[in-house]
Amino acid sequence: MNWEILGIWLGAAVTLCLYSFLYRDNPFYKFVEHLFVGMSAGYWVIYSIYNVLIPNWWENLFPADGGFDAIWLVPGIFAMFMLARMVPKVAGLSRLALGMIVGTGAGLNMVTFFQSNALAQVKGTMISVAAGSVWEVFSSLVLVVGVVSGLVYFFFSKAHTGFVGRTANMGITILMVAFGASFGYTIMARLSLLIGRCTFLIEDWLPTIPAMLGLGG
Amino acid sequence: MANFFQKIGDLDRRVIFLLIALAVIIPITTDLIIPNIVGAEPSRDMFDYVDALPEGSNVIVSFDYDPSTMPELQPMAEAVVRHLFEKNHKVIGTALWPQGAALGQHAMSTLADSLGKEQYVDWVNLGYKTGGAVMIVRMGTSIKAVFPADRDNVPWEDIPMLEGINSLKDIQLVISLSAGDPGIIAWVMMAGDRYGIPIGGGCTAVSAPQLYTYLQTDQMVGLLGGLKGAADYETLVGIEEGPAVKGMSPQSIAHLVIMMFIIIGNISYFSRRKGGAR
Repeated sequence: MNWEILGIWLGAAVTLCLYSFLYRDNPFYKFVEHLFVGMSAGYWVIYSIYNVLIPNWWENLFPADGGFDAIWLVPGIFAMFMLARMVPKVAGLSRLALGMIVGTGAGLNMVTFFQSNALAQVKGTMISVAAGSVWEVFSSLVLVVGVVSGLVYFFFSKAHTGFVGRTANMGITILMVAFGASFGYTIMARLSLLIGRCTFLIEDWLPTIPAMLGLGG
Repeated sequence: MANFFQKIGDLDRRVIFLLIALAVIIPITTDLIIPNIVGAEPSRDMFDYVDALPEGSNVIVSFDYDPSTMPELQPMAEAVVRHLFEKNHKVIGTALWPQGAALGQHAMSTLADSLGKEQYVDWVNLGYKTGGAVMIVRMGTSIKAVFPADRDNVPWEDIPMLEGINSLKDIQLVISLSAGDPGIIAWVMMAGDRYGIPIGGGCTAVSAPQLYTYLQTDQMVGLLGGLKGAADYETLVGIEEGPAVKGMSPQSIAHLVIMMFIIIGNISYFSRRKGGAR
């Protein structure tokens, strides 16, 4: 049996079953949907064991050169605490493990996130609007006016009337342009996936049909 | 005419699906190639940055995606790795997503074979490691501590090209090909802003608008956004009729169809309003 061709046919069958939903909901779609969920769950369990637990924990607990490193029991115990959620009597233990995860994440991100996503962005907005070519000046003006009017739109301590109202309207217009750009990119992303599947069906699957039907080729 | 536009507003959505499918299938089956023009875009910035790196630079390519986003990111990976190989840089593959390691291996090993590059001398795949941003922070002090062996369990000490590389400070560029989190943002925050390592990236089109802000602030040296970014890089590297460039033809035709429907939809909406319908 040619396993490569079998794989291609399986891929094609699953793809067509999924796309059949575009016509209407049907048992083929349901079957593949459930197949995907089940396979994903199984795949991740095995993947986590062999690529996360064993190399990062088990092999440290029992090093290759023999012995036993007891300190690695600590993360093991905390990992067990996570599973404690399934036993109501000791469910509270999971909070210890979650607390450690949240604490580490917050501590790590507190300064860096603020630096990268707030301070650096504010700094990037503080630019001269009178430097460079005509296009650069226009671009800088759009940036500054866009940021200020966008912020005014989210300023609710003053009624959006008069000058504030007009600025807020400009802000919502800028936001709509941003949403439009984002929507356009989303369409491009989704079409790219469709193109990927169609290319697979046309260039990989279709040429195997004559061979499967015994027509040569 | 107004009646026609009112009726077309009730068009069965399956007709639209069919037309979009045809807009994609016909250019693929007819091998239609629409020329891809690369302007002064973030993809050119990234190409220029890689091009200007001194020969033999250590570059981390992080394959932070999985098969679901392959149509967009795999052509990017192949074009970027090809460029790095052609410029004789040392390519160190990593992955913040489990399946990215295998996809990276495929891209690097295939291109290495065709360009005569040797594993462990010109390229290595360190594989996947869990932890995301935490892992990157650790790489800031010791990459070896995070990856004591490569994806095939070859110890760090036995890999000649890694000699002299200790931490992220020994890396001249990180390129993250990212389908989400963890990905480019983690690299920008931890490797870029914390350790001052230049960050380039490629991403799915969905996440491109969010990442453009890092270009404005020079937190990234360049960005490949979606299939268009991949097509740009293929064009700049000189790959003729690469998968991304070929993919841009059905993409463009499908966009025209969608734009047509948006216009028709709006005309239909306003003609209904004019006719008093809601």
